[in-house]
Amino acid sequence: MTTAQVDERVKQASLVTRIFRRPEVGALLGAIAIFILFTSTDTTGNFSHLGGIAGWTDIAAPIGMVGIAVSLLMIAGEFDLSSGVMVGTTGLLVGTLVQELHMNIWLAIIIAMVFATGVGMLNGYVVVKTKLPSFIVTLATFFILKGANMAVTMMITGAVRVTGTDKAPMFKSAHDVFASTFKLGGVDFQVSVLWWVGLTVIATWILTRTRFGNWIYASGGDANAARNAGVKVDRTKILLFMLTSQTAALVGIMFVLRLSGMQAGQGVGQEFFYIIAAAVGGTLLTGGAGSAIGASIGAIIMGMAYIGIPYSLWNSDWTATFLGIILFSAVMINTYIGRKARGGK
Amino acid sequence: MSNALELKDVEKSFGSVIALQGVSVQVAPASVTCVLGDNGAGKSTLIKILSGVHAPTKGQFLLEGNPVSFSSPRDALDNGIATVFQDLATIPLMSIWRNFFIGNEIRKGWGPFSHLDVKKMKEITKQQLLDMGIDLRDPNQPIGTLSGGERQAVAIARAVYFGAKVLILDEPTSALGVRQSGIVLKYVLAAKDRGVAVIFITHNPDHAMLVGDRFYLLNRGRLMHSWERAHVSGDELRKAMAGGKELEALTTEIETVRKK
Repeated sequence: MTTAQVDERVKQASLVTRIFRRPEVGALLGAIAIFILFTSTDTTGNFSHLGGIAGWTDIAAPIGMVGIAVSLLMIAGEFDLSSGVMVGTTGLLVGTLVQELHMNIWLAIIIAMVFATGVGMLNGYVVVKTKLPSFIVTLATFFILKGANMAVTMMITGAVRVTGTDKAPMFKSAHDVFASTFKLGGVDFQVSVLWWVGLTVIATWILTRTRFGNWIYASGGDANAARNAGVKVDRTKILLFMLTSQTAALVGIMFVLRLSGMQAGQGVGQEFFYIIAAAVGGTLLTGGAGSAIGASIGAIIMGMAYIGIPYSLWNSDWTATFLGIILFSAVMINTYIGRKARGGK
Repeated sequence: MSNALELKDVEKSFGSVIALQGVSVQVAPASVTCVLGDNGAGKSTLIKILSGVHAPTKGQFLLEGNPVSFSSPRDALDNGIATVFQDLATIPLMSIWRNFFIGNEIRKGWGPFSHLDVKKMKEITKQQLLDMGIDLRDPNQPIGTLSGGERQAVAIARAVYFGAKVLILDEPTSALGVRQSGIVLKYVLAAKDRGVAVIFITHNPDHAMLVGDRFYLLNRGRLMHSWERAHVSGDELRKAMAGGKELEALTTEIETVRKK
């Protein structure tokens, strides 16, 4: 039984097929198209230069950071609708601890991180134990936190915002790490861009080159088959819920340090941006396929739209509409390419 | 030759329902043992006992002569009993090599830098499948692009590679066409050649006849017959399975209907 049968109908996968098999290729083509569009409609002459790039990467970085985590979670077959409001909750937590207790900023940051990790763990634990859809469980978390952000902030500070974060002990060092700028070709870039690029690289490595990454794909691809093969599906999902909350907390901490304060409503609605980034980047809503780079490219597309529309002197009230059309076309194209690459009809 | 696996007078009841009664089965290494039965005969219950999902209510389960009881399918797998379920075997969107090693990934590197040895896993996947007679051009392609028979074959090769002593196949050909079934049956024999004790569960006597060394017939939760390959023909098998006289009665009935 060692003579192999060669099926003459199977062609060697061509380079093109192999490239198009990557989930993020649709998003990359879209990003190039949108870059060309805004470069040609740009009235400032700045969009494609470093100044413009600093602008749109500043918007893309926070969306990308949480979008990557949301993408991994979606690959594992789950949603987190509480990721947006978590940005606000953790920012407010840091701001309140500083404003009311004059706490050391680093201690406040650690407390916010631990809190976010706990909420993420709770989200994950409830989802795997109750077997309720994560859409519902995290929608509940979203509303619970949204109400608490407003109520607790009002109760403690008597206002709908916290301020004066920059008066915290050791504020400067934390600001340097999370909210400063760095020079590139004479232009100021936000340090969040470095965090975002770093997270993209690490997440891609985890997803494609580690056992945990393999288990993420398996959990979302077919949880039953994965369990039969010995994959710890529940643990994988809970860890991803924790990771999602943690990246949201990281973004919340960056905002509160940069703005030296935070509004109670901050972050609400952002969860959709993260999901759009993941979906535009080729992550399947049903789980089992997707990438981290894709989510980052999705975030770049959103950043370009936010900067490119006013640069083109279009009415920026239409930005959300533009993003809606991008989302729809990107998912259509991704689905089409995906089907072609898998050799189906 | 001692048996790879043996059931002695096994009974399984769920409340007041007796699903299996007085079932004794002997499975030799490097052989194919076919368990035949129509729907509702107790095949599923038998698989679940063999694969560690259920424990028998009464009777003995011997693995290489030693009595065992399993707490889970994973436990059974760790003891060398692998089950390939009809449609739960593979994850369609993942590549062939990832499917081959899922749950048994080869890693290199230390601590937090420990990562998959992709090159080695791809090589082993290609080689193992080649040894089973499957030539893969590209182990990177999603396993969902393979035909149903090829997917079963990959699942069989995987079980054999990871040291299965007993391989249970749950109706591997029931959803497949003639050609595809042929491919799977070929790999069943390839697994046997490598010393694996294969338990082939089916309701198709023709497929059983092509590969089987020993045949058991289940009906209504009891073992009705057992045969050695040398002492049975395909016709006998088919008749016994359909219930002999019942089939004759059914044939007459159908003919009456057709004449109208």
